[in-house]
Amino acid sequence: MTTIREKLVLVGNGMAGIGTIEQILKLGGAYDITVFGSEPHPNYNRIMLSYVLEGSKTLNDIILNDWNWYEDNNITLHTGTTVTRIDEGSKQVVTDSGMIVPYDKVIIATGSNSFILPVPGSDKEGVVGFRDISDCDAMLAAAKQYSKAAVIGGGLLGLEAAKGLLNLGMDVTVVHLMEDLMERQLDRNASSMLQAELERQGVKFAMGKQTIELSGEQRVSGLRFSDGSTLAADFVVMAVGIKPNVTLAKDSGISVNRGIVVDDYLQTSMQNVYSIGECAEHRGMCYGLVAPLFEQGMVLAKHLCGSDTKPYEGSIVSTKLKISGVDVFSAGEFLDSPEHTVISSKDEWKRTYKKILLKNNVIVGAVLFGDVTESANLQKLVKQGAVMTDEIYTELMGTGCCGGGAKKSTSVEAMADEEIVCGCNGVTKKAIVDAVTEHGFTTVDEIKACTGATRSCGGCKPVVEQILQFVLGDSFQQAAKQGICGCTTLSRDEIVAEITAKGLKTTKEVMNVLGWKQEEGCSKCRPAINYYLGMMNPDTHQDEKESRFVNERMGANIQKDGTYTVIPRMYGGVTTPEDLKKIADVSLKYDVKVVKVTGGQRLDLIGVKKEDLPKVWEELDMPSGYGYAKSLRTVKTCVGSQFCRFGTQDSLGMGALIERKYERLDFPAKFKIAVNGCPRNCAESCTKDIGIVGNDGGWEVFIGGNGGIKPRIADSFCKIKTDEELIEVCSAVMQYYRETGNYLERTSEWVERMGLEQIQMVILNNEDNRKELAARIDFALTQVTDPWKKMLNDSSTRTALFEETRV
Amino acid sequence: MKMATQIYTIGTVQDFLLQIGRVIVAGNVELAVFRTSDGAIYALQNRSPHPKGGPLAEGIVSGHFLYDPLYDWKIDLRTGEVQAPDQGIVMTYPVSLVGDIVTVSL
Repeated sequence: MTTIREKLVLVGNGMAGIGTIEQILKLGGAYDITVFGSEPHPNYNRIMLSYVLEGSKTLNDIILNDWNWYEDNNITLHTGTTVTRIDEGSKQVVTDSGMIVPYDKVIIATGSNSFILPVPGSDKEGVVGFRDISDCDAMLAAAKQYSKAAVIGGGLLGLEAAKGLLNLGMDVTVVHLMEDLMERQLDRNASSMLQAELERQGVKFAMGKQTIELSGEQRVSGLRFSDGSTLAADFVVMAVGIKPNVTLAKDSGISVNRGIVVDDYLQTSMQNVYSIGECAEHRGMCYGLVAPLFEQGMVLAKHLCGSDTKPYEGSIVSTKLKISGVDVFSAGEFLDSPEHTVISSKDEWKRTYKKILLKNNVIVGAVLFGDVTESANLQKLVKQGAVMTDEIYTELMGTGCCGGGAKKSTSVEAMADEEIVCGCNGVTKKAIVDAVTEHGFTTVDEIKACTGATRSCGGCKPVVEQILQFVLGDSFQQAAKQGICGCTTLSRDEIVAEITAKGLKTTKEVMNVLGWKQEEGCSKCRPAINYYLGMMNPDTHQDEKESRFVNERMGANIQKDGTYTVIPRMYGGVTTPEDLKKIADVSLKYDVKVVKVTGGQRLDLIGVKKEDLPKVWEELDMPSGYGYAKSLRTVKTCVGSQFCRFGTQDSLGMGALIERKYERLDFPAKFKIAVNGCPRNCAESCTKDIGIVGNDGGWEVFIGGNGGIKPRIADSFCKIKTDEELIEVCSAVMQYYRETGNYLERTSEWVERMGLEQIQMVILNNEDNRKELAARIDFALTQVTDPWKKMLNDSSTRTALFEETRV
Repeated sequence: MKMATQIYTIGTVQDFLLQIGRVIVAGNVELAVFRTSDGAIYALQNRSPHPKGGPLAEGIVSGHFLYDPLYDWKIDLRTGEVQAPDQGIVMTYPVSLVGDIVTVSL
């Protein structure tokens, strides 16, 4: 190929610019690409900063294109560098470091800057915008040191910042010039419902306040408003708006209005120089949301690659605000005027609000609060300029939806190929249709894995489903049968039944005979099938090391740096000075980084190198604590009747007994028990899989509790008198759970699924059943061995798994 | 500067348990070596392309795919390519079998 590659310079390393480059690469554009970015990071998803702030994502999670991506695509990247001038005469760009780079084409995608209110004190310490990673870091740091935050600006960004800071434990007040929140997207009704909901969540508001000064010394200490009132704050976030970053354009003599003026092909007033994203102004509009940027990028990419493309004609914007539990959506025109016909319904009991605006019977706008299931549909209708009909009305406002079925497919059919369906990831209708037809996909999950659509906020899922339905026609099944994983449509019960019926012995056999899609399964089903096989045939099943997760295979918990943690048993949370000495000696000898006391009342040795694990086990000479396993983890105890003046039962003794009895056995998921000497519950029985509480007459047993991401308080299961009865009930519950639980299902979910009454009936009302279950678990328990000792006696496996072989 | 390739003998076939990764340090490269059910042997750099890094050897092997032990990324052992929706590529090294002896070219 003799074509000389043109030089393309991208000024700005953000979502709009890099999104366009990705499109250019997909189209096979032959450019030598150089990117300049002022920030020191690779391209990251700025929208997700809100999630980083509230703690549900890390910075690494939001990186869209890592350093390797630039290398892999031969893109020269200069971070921490700002382009200061584009010289048309010499066709060169000049940077703040004096670098000069020639170009054939330039794309300016410099985004915007937070607008900082020009009031006295706005340059004090403790005042930030909310725009980039360094702002986010400042906010996270402030939350640790300071307590009172004020967010100036009650728009989309301000509210997300406020919620994030609230989650971080700060006292947050949102200050807004207008009386209504998000007045650019919501009408008065929706605004007041939103404010009420956020107040319920703990956010404070100062509405209709104009900030005229930030007071304080070197650091801000408060706000002063035009009406004379004040608000104390030692941290201030300015979220009053964004200003397109047009400095480069201005300094280079390119036409600038509020933003850099571009035409329908995103071209600026300077030849060969284009602009997209927040810094650009198209037909008088500067967009501050993400979907229009992808739309612009696609038109520009096609244009730069010489492909045919319709011109960019502007975007209909819709916003979807999602701050844990508050769903708000608006699209198009949303403020009533005499020209509009308004359809609305406000439900104060359900706290929902729905409004649709028509002009000459055409749907031109909508607002939703509380229930945003119709958001994708409404966005489409507004964009298409659909005419309101009885069918659409029933679909949107009425009770039934049967008549709407046919209508839905037609609206998808009418959707243009280049229309962006998934705004968060820039996925078009065409990309989805192609994925389905080329790969024969039949589920949304498959589309998600291939294109990324629905993987971020999930708001486009209804539309993606509709497209899938449309492409597949009759062969689409709305609720395709879900198997235990993508490899099969069989459920757990069906698989277990087949294992019994056909006498299947290994995971390979199971997958072969039952027609698995992926011959050797996946990381979900291999461990699951291995568990079911072992549960059903405890004496004959050959455990498959290769089908175990890393932690269970290695007998230790892998850490992010590839070292492991070692947790020896400490039955009932009780140790001895001799054991402590052993643990101390081994920790020193093998350079353990941290010795941590766990929530389970034992010690965790952190930072053990993989090749040292066998020696650590040998020198500790203690049983494995199974801190890594889907089996009994710990039995927590309180001091109990042995010493405590309140103790009515011997929790120390019973706790250790139970831990020794049931250790090492495989369960569907990790299992935690606590034994308490009296109802004061010092060992927290309420969040345990089995919680045992002693009292004067005997014991009370609770089941199905757990802590973690979705806590559940255990249910009272039964009251019994003797220790023997207690053991029998525990055995029966555990074995019933083992035999009917889905792999990875905690008892909390299992109890909800099976029903507490059902479990009580099977175990408490049926003595034979109870005794048989207990006998089965006892049999299974005779088969277990300590894995550390086992590994120490198996030199070939031990070498293969742990040794660092050097050649 | 391109270094001349070096061939390392990393063991015999029996040293590599079926579907269980093993770490071999050859020169200054840490390898994760996998023997799949069909008897083929693959050598990859024992480093995940995930932004947080981490090892690969302890993952679950299925066919010619590996599910990495830390982030459950699906990696094609033959090419080192991370499967969609994740992205990345792991360095792979050619493996040869002479009888039972396994060698890797770095």
